Amino acid sequence: MDLSFMQATLLTLLGGLPLTLHLTASSILLGGAGALVLALMRTSGIVLLSAPARAYVFVFRGTPLLIQLFMIYYGLGQFRPALQDLGLWSFFRDPYFCAVLAMAMNTAAYSSEIIRGGLASVPPGALEAASACGMRPLMRLRRIVLPLAIRQALPAYGNELVLMAKATSLASTITLMEVTGLAGKMIAQTYRAVEIFACAGLIYLALTLILTRAVLLLEWWLSPRRPRRQPAPPTICTTGEPA
Amino acid sequence: MHLFDLFLGPDGWGVPLLAAALMTVALSISGLAVGALLGALLAYARIAGGLLARTAADAVTTVLRGVPDLLVIYLFYFGGSQILSWIGNAAGYDGFIGLPVFLTGVLALGVVSAAYQAEVFRGAFTVIPRGQIESARAAGMGSLLMFRRVLAPQMIRHALPGLGNVWQLILKDSALISVIGLVELLRAAQVGAGSTREPFLFYSAALLLYLAITSLSGQAFRWAEIRSLRPFRRG
Repeated sequence: MDLSFMQATLLTLLGGLPLTLHLTASSILLGGAGALVLALMRTSGIVLLSAPARAYVFVFRGTPLLIQLFMIYYGLGQFRPALQDLGLWSFFRDPYFCAVLAMAMNTAAYSSEIIRGGLASVPPGALEAASACGMRPLMRLRRIVLPLAIRQALPAYGNELVLMAKATSLASTITLMEVTGLAGKMIAQTYRAVEIFACAGLIYLALTLILTRAVLLLEWWLSPRRPRRQPAPPTICTTGEPA
Repeated sequence: MHLFDLFLGPDGWGVPLLAAALMTVALSISGLAVGALLGALLAYARIAGGLLARTAADAVTTVLRGVPDLLVIYLFYFGGSQILSWIGNAAGYDGFIGLPVFLTGVLALGVVSAAYQAEVFRGAFTVIPRGQIESARAAGMGSLLMFRRVLAPQMIRHALPGLGNVWQLILKDSALISVIGLVELLRAAQVGAGSTREPFLFYSAALLLYLAITSLSGQAFRWAEIRSLRPFRRG
């Protein structure tokens, strides 16, 4: 092992980290919003809404992310004149935009199934109680359903976040030089696969470790049995020294 | 008919695409098999191994689940050739020896899926009651015989749903092998898209083929699951 080479590699690869983080954050935020919409469509009980959501999830979960990415970046290039007329070409020409779009659409499909599981876990009694209290559907969703469903879905969603952080590596196939892209380029140039893999792996391990810890923390924070600060018990019959 | 000529004509792209789809299936099945072997080893280390084996298995699992699959593929492609060339040079052949891409792909898919398969097998093992293992031992069965007669038949039943998930994962991961030049479904679509300048059409065709493969094999797994539960059905 050549330590100075490792150090130089790590520093070079860290240059790709901001792009990896940007891709992860944007696709998670966009995809999360999409997932919520999809899950609500799917559980709405209205065929006109649930059928398209079902088809969307079927297609996006049944095909590789890489082909979805190529479809958007290369495939839509075939409709360049039409896209130019619509003024959308500047978006679809940009690999960053295409990568975020593909990943967000992909994670929206997977996450919507997770959220759907969470929604299904909300006890019917809670819904009835909320209605009996006079809550309208939207308020019931905001105050009762979503808090319970999100807490329930969080562990599975944490897994999806880690998968998404790893999936950003696919952006390197459409010319975006994030951590894996830089690593691939360096490996092809120097043929020192093991050392460079170790450095890139270290970066990703740290990233996924932080993500899983953050989700665990959030889970703990959202747990109903979390020890909360109790109001001080009334001190009535204390004998002896005050605590 | 433009579409007809393009895909079904005498020099059409239909046959190469279908052949590439078969390649995807072959690649995924081989990857699943290699992954099952490695996964079984990992699961064995975590169940029956000593402290060292357990720690090592945990470390391998953590790394494999935390590192992008694309990176593992690069490691095997370039690292494998590195090692092969090194062995070749030691044997007196100077020059570069590349690891065949199919083999690289199978190994990479196997290693990537091994961590998930290990979890599946471990979960299936924990379902088996201790008493059965003790009785098998008391009846004088060796480890292999016990595995074959007592553990494997029951573990398969519990592992099937998890294995189905891993299979879907491998199928979709197999598209990544296209980056090292193996002509599987995605690569074939890329080639077709490049030479006809109709990328949308070709990626759509590949997309449909992927959908067909994933949904058909998903059905097959569901059927196998139902069948494996048959001994427990009443009536």
